Amino acid sequence: MPQMQLKINGSKHDVDLEPNVTLLDALRERLGLVGTKKGCDYGQCGACTVLIDGQRVLSCLTLAMMHRDAEITTIEGIAPNDSLHPLQQAFIEHDAFQCGFCTPGQIVSALGLINEGQAHTDGEIREAMSGNLCRCGAYSNILAAVRQEVRRAGV
Amino acid sequence: MQAFDLLQPSNTREALALIAKTKDAAFIAGGTNVVDLMKCGVTSPSTLIDITHLPLGAIEASAKRIRIGALVSNSDAAHHSAVLEHFPMLSQALLAGASPQLRNMATVGGNVLQRTRCGYFRDPAAACNKRHKGDGCDAFEGVHRAHAVLGTSDACIATHPSDAAVALVALDAVVELEGPAGTRQVSLEEFYSLPGETPWIENDLKPGELIVAIDIPLGRAHRHSTYLKVRDRASYEFALVSVAAGLDFDGDRISAARIALGGVGTIPWRVRGAEEALVGTSGDAAYQKAAEIAMTHAIPRRDNAFKIELAKRAIVRALETVRLG
Repeated sequence: MPQMQLKINGSKHDVDLEPNVTLLDALRERLGLVGTKKGCDYGQCGACTVLIDGQRVLSCLTLAMMHRDAEITTIEGIAPNDSLHPLQQAFIEHDAFQCGFCTPGQIVSALGLINEGQAHTDGEIREAMSGNLCRCGAYSNILAAVRQEVRRAGV
Repeated sequence: MQAFDLLQPSNTREALALIAKTKDAAFIAGGTNVVDLMKCGVTSPSTLIDITHLPLGAIEASAKRIRIGALVSNSDAAHHSAVLEHFPMLSQALLAGASPQLRNMATVGGNVLQRTRCGYFRDPAAACNKRHKGDGCDAFEGVHRAHAVLGTSDACIATHPSDAAVALVALDAVVELEGPAGTRQVSLEEFYSLPGETPWIENDLKPGELIVAIDIPLGRAHRHSTYLKVRDRASYEFALVSVAAGLDFDGDRISAARIALGGVGTIPWRVRGAEEALVGTSGDAAYQKAAEIAMTHAIPRRDNAFKIELAKRAIVRALETVRLG
């Protein structure tokens, strides 16, 4: 089994991986980073969203071995130590979840949205968050939380 | 997902040499389609050749053309200033496809090669002539509301899923391929194959060939253009009907027209007869006539006849949108 190194949340991790291990399974099953969720596992729900070099992608549809040179950011790495990222705080303030399963993907996706800097109005934010499904239907509160962070970040 | 080997060449020459000598190998770039189909059990290459380290990620603009490297992501292509300026229909089509995460991963080269989302194609337990020669087609009497009405055959009615390819076909895009026999260029419109009796042959990609770029000529009807996508949800859904439309005017008369349709054809569907009917005309009546011509040969199944009228109205709407600019 090939050994390789993945750089996740600023730390290097040595891990043994077969080529057919997705980035999602590498995170969850091999490295114990279970904050990233497996919803559909077919690229349809957005629960597995992570950032690769600052860009949001679906970790279930990409092979871990294709990202040995990349900076991977998961929900565990968006704020230092036990502090909350302002967007996490916004999700709490706006009650932007019910069961919480899609929440890590929603938050990481919204951070990708802010990095892109192209969504400002409610309509643009809804469109730019459309890749993240919420089975509980907390969309209006998710929109409120993301809107607050877009304004705060001033993008 | 089944086991496979992963090879990671650093340049195009090396990638072509690997695919030539490796049995049952496939290229992988964004992976959004091939990984999905491997998980479904629809495709099972024994080797994947990762081409993401190849130098095919640039967009080059010249006085007459824009050349988009095969590895440019859908997001980067959609937001590139030259694409926005010269091909609004392409930028809009790219942004109408999939979700932001998928657009960050997916590449322009992979986009034009993506496989149909027909549910029977994706389900190895179902009958599908495209997946397995001679099996029959469960879509004919099954769930086919989203299936094609143009370019169908007795073997297959699967819809081509790409939005970007619809715009690219309307824009006279040319595919640049490298392979064992050297480099060649094919118009994207001619690159696609109708299903006929051989629905498993979807395009003119030869064994060992790699798409290295998509080349698009500039033109006034390319610049004055739009992409209209009609779907069941406001976002993140495949087209029921889509229209890539471009117009150029001489005074108030149309001097050039580009129309291609998505969601209704087995391949991205350019409607040259409708374009020709528009040239020399002025006024909205010509739009309706063009729409009628575009859908003349449509063949509906039980549950997708609505697409014919929907497509006509979408064509008229798209042309009006371009005219009002």
